[in-house]
Amino acid sequence: MRFMLLFSRQGKLRLQKWYTATAERDKKKMVRELMQVVLARKPKMCSFLEWRDLKIVYKRYASLYFCCAVEEQDNELITLEVIHRFVELLDKYFGSVCELDIIFNFEKAYFILDEFLMGGEIQDTSKKGVLKAIEQADLLQEVDVSSPKSFFLFK
Amino acid sequence: MAPSVCLQEMIRVIRSARTQGEERGVIQRECAAIRAQFRQADSGGRSHNLAKLLYVHMLGYPAHFGQMECVRMIASPRYSEKRIGYLGAMMLLDEKQDASLLITNSIKNDLSHSSQYIQSLALCTLACMGSAEMCRDLAPEIERLLKASNSYIKKKAALCAVHIVRKIPELGELFTPSAHSLLSDKNHGVLHGAVVLITELCERNPGNLDEFRKAVPELVQIMKGLVTSGYSPEHNVAGISDPFLQVRVLRLLRILGRNNDEASDAMNDLLAQVATNTDSSKTAGSAVLYETVLTIMDIKSESGLRVLAVNILGRFLLNNDRNIRYISMTSLQKIVQTDHTAVQRHRGTIVDCLKDQDASVKRRALELSLALVSAANIRSMMKELLRFLSTCPPELRSHATSGIFNAAERYAPSQRWHIDTILHVLITAGGDVRDETVPNLIQLISVASELHCYTVHKLYRALISDISQQSLVQVACWCIGEYGDLLLKGDCDEIEPMQVTEDDVLDVLETILQSHMSSPTSRGFALTAIMKLSTRITNNIDRIRSVVSIYGSCIDVELQQRAVEYNALFKKYDHMRAAVLERMPIMDKNSPGHANGDPSGEITKDLIQTTPIQGLLIQEPASQVCDLLDLLGETNTSSQANQNQVNTTSNSTSSSVQENLLDLLGGLEPTPAPNVTVYEKGGVNLKLQCDNQTETAITVTFTASNSTQSDITSFTLQAAVPKSVQLQMKAPSGDVIPAQGRGTVTQTILLNNPNKASLKMRVRLSYTSQGTLCQDMVQIDSFPSPAWN
Repeated sequence: MRFMLLFSRQGKLRLQKWYTATAERDKKKMVRELMQVVLARKPKMCSFLEWRDLKIVYKRYASLYFCCAVEEQDNELITLEVIHRFVELLDKYFGSVCELDIIFNFEKAYFILDEFLMGGEIQDTSKKGVLKAIEQADLLQEVDVSSPKSFFLFK
Repeated sequence: MAPSVCLQEMIRVIRSARTQGEERGVIQRECAAIRAQFRQADSGGRSHNLAKLLYVHMLGYPAHFGQMECVRMIASPRYSEKRIGYLGAMMLLDEKQDASLLITNSIKNDLSHSSQYIQSLALCTLACMGSAEMCRDLAPEIERLLKASNSYIKKKAALCAVHIVRKIPELGELFTPSAHSLLSDKNHGVLHGAVVLITELCERNPGNLDEFRKAVPELVQIMKGLVTSGYSPEHNVAGISDPFLQVRVLRLLRILGRNNDEASDAMNDLLAQVATNTDSSKTAGSAVLYETVLTIMDIKSESGLRVLAVNILGRFLLNNDRNIRYISMTSLQKIVQTDHTAVQRHRGTIVDCLKDQDASVKRRALELSLALVSAANIRSMMKELLRFLSTCPPELRSHATSGIFNAAERYAPSQRWHIDTILHVLITAGGDVRDETVPNLIQLISVASELHCYTVHKLYRALISDISQQSLVQVACWCIGEYGDLLLKGDCDEIEPMQVTEDDVLDVLETILQSHMSSPTSRGFALTAIMKLSTRITNNIDRIRSVVSIYGSCIDVELQQRAVEYNALFKKYDHMRAAVLERMPIMDKNSPGHANGDPSGEITKDLIQTTPIQGLLIQEPASQVCDLLDLLGETNTSSQANQNQVNTTSNSTSSSVQENLLDLLGGLEPTPAPNVTVYEKGGVNLKLQCDNQTETAITVTFTASNSTQSDITSFTLQAAVPKSVQLQMKAPSGDVIPAQGRGTVTQTILLNNPNKASLKMRVRLSYTSQGTLCQDMVQIDSFPSPAWN
């Protein structure tokens, strides 16, 4: 996967994760273009489209568009499943997730994504495994915040 | 210093900003506060501040001043600060920033941290934004972690290694031994990571392929385990056990089995098993099947397996899910060349997909359909394609029309079918065909000589209902011009008879000439067609003559030139007209005349140019002949013959004209302009009188008198004026000047001088005196003005 974007129907970016080194200016341009293309699609259309030299896989969940750019040899159908898994993780974590959760807790959304994907590839194919890891990390953070001078070790 | 607001509060405030300006204001305030906070050492809310900054960055505002803070946070011993610091590094630092090097040491330390979560942060950050130098520095660490006992870390280290190999392929050999051993791990995450790593190693360095082919049995084992295992709640997705891992293993098998018989053999059974046992009712299963099909088609599989794969794709084509239909057509496109017969079996379904709502599905279906056209199915396929063309989205139109033409050309069962098909396309989508279609079609029609009658009838019928499709109009005009006589004969065996009169045909052609929808090329075709009909019809030759002469003063240069030449053909070369306009010989493709859309026009032009033209005299006063331009010797080429306007300028009279106007405006009656003799020779006297009607309009009256003994006959005047001045010649009073001053001939010319340029005029006289033809010219450089104030 080259990058993943989350944006609303009004074209507001909620999350962006880039897995290749790209200049800031290029990133902005690509985001703008891609948002335009995807937002112009009608509801019953295919989830896949060709854009520049990449394949774009996108899916709309309520008011958010989840958009991934994959390479020529990647499997689009499994990418749809990856998107769905990410949404499930968010849902489990926030409890019936909605766009506002992602807006106000954007850093947590990033933490979840970073636990789920690394370098554009899945780290753990088990949903439970990912959720447990995040839970533990959160616990660590909480402990750390409450008692600033010590921290627990987890192995 | 403003009190720092917590993250969520700040987000709320920003969101409630009603205008862009308001938002900018809020953000500027917040950024100022954050900057101040950063400068303060060891403040409690550091992670909050950085989080706020990251939010601002996501909105698109500059946040580079946070980079150093990220570096500091990463070095902090506290997990909360590290966490947000690393996140900040991934968002704000990329390998191009110098600050990214500063975190290398922190990452190195954290990679050996006792807490696996901190190790994980470091691994994640390295895999996300690690530059080549950082990767080189830390690769040994990663390799060590690959062998660590903790599967949580192992799986992350494997993916980090993938990133390192992408950045520096040579480092791949560092990871090759450990990668293989990872395949024996039980943890799916580790397995997945290992498979991805091995895939990357093989893709980057084909030398690794031999090494990893030894792993094929292991991989097959893993797959078998996944496919045949019972329900596993942890990895189950819609009835498939760990589809993510399955897909990656299949992809690796594809790479290993490519061009290698032994490896392909080893996986044959497995692929058959997966293909038959996987339930494809949900996306997860379809994803696995899709990957299986791709693998089967790419390795050296037995033909039975290939047929199985194509059948799976065929089944996908019937799936309700549009995504799956799209995927299957993409795959079929890749194999249509090699497994043509297998794909042909699914032709019906593919053609049905032409009617899908989605434009991308339609595009795929169109490409596949065009690839599947063959001599056997051309008639039925063409029916479908033509039906598609009428509902085709505009962006696919030109592709569709060129595809149809290619197919028709290669497989046309008969000429008549070919012509019918092309006509149909022109009628439906004439606006989107490529330019060379028109000459191609004309050539095709001329070759099919027994179908001329049929073709011209069909084209005529198409034309009377619609003249907006330019390519159709052009072809139709050409045909009517060439075969108009067949059209007028009325009966044709293959079509119901329709009575067409000469007036009808000329009406249609004239409508095309005058219509706003017609392009200049089409009008050219129409004019030439009208001209050609003059030899093929009997009753309306005068009508044709008048049409042609009207266009002699047309604005469009091309039309004017043609009209003028055709006029000449009527007047001076009438004896040649029939020969010039007779039926064209059959052209071969790529002959020189073929490229030009209107070869007949070219030929008539040539003929006229070869015979010397000497001072064509055209009697109608409204038209000026091009060669007056030559007389003036200006740089104007024929393209300036626009509207009888040939102009030179001089400055002397402009001011006098203006002063005359002031006179007029002053309410004085303009005194009659003096009569000036401008030419006196051989008994012929030409006088000039000027009247200024308005600010820019001048009436010039020439009076010619004759003092010789005999009458002067065929007296004509022609005049040319500077470019910016417009001229209109009125009819002369006559062309005979009685002898001995008994009478005169007057001619009035109206001039319009909008730019108030100085007036000059060149006048050519031509007359017959005592049996000899005389011609002369006079230049008038200054015009007499009415009496000064």
